[in-house]
Amino acid sequence: MTGQRSTVTREATSRVCLSEQAWGYLLAGPAFLLVGLLAVLPIAAALWLSLHRRLPIFGVEEFVGAWNYVQLWSDDRFWAACRTTLYFTALSVTAELLLGLWIALLLDGLTSIRGGSPRWAQVMIILPWAVPTVVSAQIWAWLYQPDYGLLNYLLRQAGLATAPIDWLADPDWAIHAAVMMDVWKTTPFAALLLLAGLKTVPGDLYAAARVDGAGAWKRFRLITLPLLMPIVVIVLVFRTMDAVRVFDAVYVLTGGGPGNTTETLSIYAYKTLFQTLQFGYGSALATAMFLIVAALSSLYLLLLRRHLRDVA
Amino acid sequence: MAEVRLERISKWFGATNVLPDVSLTIGDGELFAIVGPSGCGKSTLLHLLAGLDRPTSGRILFDGVDVTGLEPRDRDVALVFQNYALYPHMTVRDNLAFPLRVASRKNSLGRPQIEDEVRRVAGFLGLESLLDRRPGELSGGQRQRVALGRALIRKPRVFLMDEPLSNLDAQLRASMRAELRRLHEELKITTIYVTHDQTEAMTLADRLAVLNQGRVQQVDQPHDIYERPANLFVAGFMGYPPMNLLEARVEGEMLRAGPIRLAKSRVAPMFSLHQAVMLGIRPEAIVVEPAEKIGEEGSVAGVIRLIEPSGTGAWITVDFRGQDGPTTVIGTAVPGFVPKIRDSVAVVVQQATLHLFDPATGQRFGSA
Amino acid sequence: MMPGAGGNGSRGGIRRFGVRGLAFCVLISAGLFCLGPVLWQAVTSVKSDQDLVRLPPILPEQATASHYERVLLQSPLARSLVNSAVVAASATTVSIVVGSFCAFALARLPIAGKPVILGLVLSTSMFPPIAVISPLYLLMRGLGLRDTLVAVGLTHAVYALPLAVWLLTSFFRQLPREVYYAARVDGCTPLRALLSVLLPLARPGLAVAALLVFIYSWNEFMFALTLTASDSIRTAPVAVALFPGLYEIPWGDIAAASLVITLPVAGLAALFQRHIVAGLTAGSVKG
Repeated sequence: MTGQRSTVTREATSRVCLSEQAWGYLLAGPAFLLVGLLAVLPIAAALWLSLHRRLPIFGVEEFVGAWNYVQLWSDDRFWAACRTTLYFTALSVTAELLLGLWIALLLDGLTSIRGGSPRWAQVMIILPWAVPTVVSAQIWAWLYQPDYGLLNYLLRQAGLATAPIDWLADPDWAIHAAVMMDVWKTTPFAALLLLAGLKTVPGDLYAAARVDGAGAWKRFRLITLPLLMPIVVIVLVFRTMDAVRVFDAVYVLTGGGPGNTTETLSIYAYKTLFQTLQFGYGSALATAMFLIVAALSSLYLLLLRRHLRDVA
Repeated sequence: MAEVRLERISKWFGATNVLPDVSLTIGDGELFAIVGPSGCGKSTLLHLLAGLDRPTSGRILFDGVDVTGLEPRDRDVALVFQNYALYPHMTVRDNLAFPLRVASRKNSLGRPQIEDEVRRVAGFLGLESLLDRRPGELSGGQRQRVALGRALIRKPRVFLMDEPLSNLDAQLRASMRAELRRLHEELKITTIYVTHDQTEAMTLADRLAVLNQGRVQQVDQPHDIYERPANLFVAGFMGYPPMNLLEARVEGEMLRAGPIRLAKSRVAPMFSLHQAVMLGIRPEAIVVEPAEKIGEEGSVAGVIRLIEPSGTGAWITVDFRGQDGPTTVIGTAVPGFVPKIRDSVAVVVQQATLHLFDPATGQRFGSA
Repeated sequence: MMPGAGGNGSRGGIRRFGVRGLAFCVLISAGLFCLGPVLWQAVTSVKSDQDLVRLPPILPEQATASHYERVLLQSPLARSLVNSAVVAASATTVSIVVGSFCAFALARLPIAGKPVILGLVLSTSMFPPIAVISPLYLLMRGLGLRDTLVAVGLTHAVYALPLAVWLLTSFFRQLPREVYYAARVDGCTPLRALLSVLLPLARPGLAVAALLVFIYSWNEFMFALTLTASDSIRTAPVAVALFPGLYEIPWGDIAAASLVITLPVAGLAALFQRHIVAGLTAGSVKG
């Protein structure tokens, strides 16, 4: 290789030359555009709709400002839906978190004993997550069937119930039936996330604690739990957002009944929009829901932001 | 090949001023090293030269043409990274060919020509047998050569290297140094070489710049940097073992640094009585002799703290207990003398260059 | 089962077996809890109509394929499976392409307002679908896309974007910076660098993101329900939900149908379970 000089001169200006920054905008643009058109715009439109009274059937379309929201405030059904939703959320999220943590600890413990949680265990656990929500609802609807459902059968066999419980038609039981189904479906997600969090805790910390004389419970409380908090917060935020917005499974399972006892906010909004076709009021309901989700998420993040320091 | 000029380059990252003010001129075909401790801004400087980032202010000129606003591919530079940055999913052949394939339509070569170039570069660097392997299957030295090949295949105007040898083991590093020197002799491409290893810089470079905290401390040929360091930082940073730097004062006809006394006549009478200075003495100029020599003219008694064997001799760290407190110097043993730790020894300062620095500014006073 | 237990023989031999055995039992029951309902559905799907209404026995004396026959050959379910496949595949493609471009820009390019863009994209995942559904419906109708697969596919692509962008951004950030720099110095535009160098290296992350988007789209219900109307356009979850007959509920058929539509995603999840978990958790654990 001889020392040839590079005699080719680059004519930089005669070529279309975008700066890195320009490229950045170009490449991020489509995502921004799509999201803007099909997500942000509709939300803004929904907000706008909520300020109107719009009943296509009657050809009504008038601007009423905050009137829908005033109506909302005095709407008992709205408050009932709020209560139902929050009750559902509280029960579900708590159960999922506790159960998920328990399963995660189990799998993690097995890892240290056996050197790896068995693949079949992980596959089994991910199954409910993969099942479509409507299928989940149908599976549980069948399980809850009062006459031929497996649940009542097992309860009878175990001697825990004498008469068949009509899970989905009994106003006291329906919401709990829905909670159980949701817990079944989403605990795996919580468990897997928490398991990943558990795996990031260095084993050395436990060894050091044991040498210092800490028992299993102390180790859990003082090492595992604090280090797991960022994940717990993430699980809490995501699951709460999902639980407040729940629609698919409950709608298919109970349709909101019996007697609106399982009517969550989204089901109420859906019925208002697509059954009674009140687009204005329905949008107000939906917007209220959005605000509740946003408020809850912000509340979590505010109260628990100290745990997220390392994550961000 | 090009002359590279940096004019008043400054770079801010947010609120941090990484490079306050750098001006350098690198001659056409020179092998120029930029040397400094970690965090001094040398890698940033290299990224600015490559066009991967823009300076906050200042200009970069290649052969008098302002390239400050140009993208990397329009500057005709090549950069060899510390970690080689080879494309892991491509074979060596594809790694080498990549720059040619990416070339703009005006400059692009046909497939057979690219093959020729790849074979030529592979031959030049001894990579022929590795062309179908992937980077993951290569040793560190081999990867380094592929990185060099990828850089050279475009026949760049300026060749930039970011600590290319720091990931190699000591033996490989020495042979690669020779290899790089040979490459430079043959190709004569303007090369700017960044490293924190001052030995490497001294052995390879035609000229070098010492950088500290984003400021150029001295630009000179290696020999001059070693013999006439411009300030305390350069004096202490360049050379191994580091220069002995001692606080000294004039007392009568003597210059006293701890227990060491030197005739004032040995140093230029440029400062007033009782003025404090920093005295710099290279370890080669300090001789450690057996204890019997204690008391002889010019010798000082001390105790050995550490012995560092090196090649034919050893570097010896000696502690003194003086009136102003303990002092430590590093020197070399007299030929034939094999001391042990905690031996008492006599230390003599040879007739050699003494360096004097102003303790307030760190600047050199002028040599003795 | 206690955290940090086990390991280097810190417990006695027999006690270790006891703890291990207990943990195993509990794990098996947890597994059964997860698997059980699906298994029961499978059993149900092969019971004849008469057996369905008799309990005991739990297992049928004779399995029948009549439900599957009815479901696959005589109902619109088969068609809806095809629809779901088409929608999920196209939504995944669009989401991954658009998402990876955006993620690359967010991870490596110097654009202003990164937090704003990221925040905007991620916050859309907070929107309750119910809130956007009516304007979206009106928009699709206005575009003439009412009751088309395009409407559903496009909507899925957009609402899966936050997930894709979030996953892929953290993935791109983990790729070594220098490889991108090397490509730039070699003469690539950022786009060329992305296509020739970074995307091949990001294959694992892309695969996980694609998997998750596919599963999301396949299982999605509300948008699919409201944006489609005719049987021939319906996707699988909607077809299954609207299954219940007029007079009585055909539990056997429903069981068969629900298993048929679950099988693809369950299979995917089982096969790629490790990657799915890694993908989901990488983003959240490292933040």
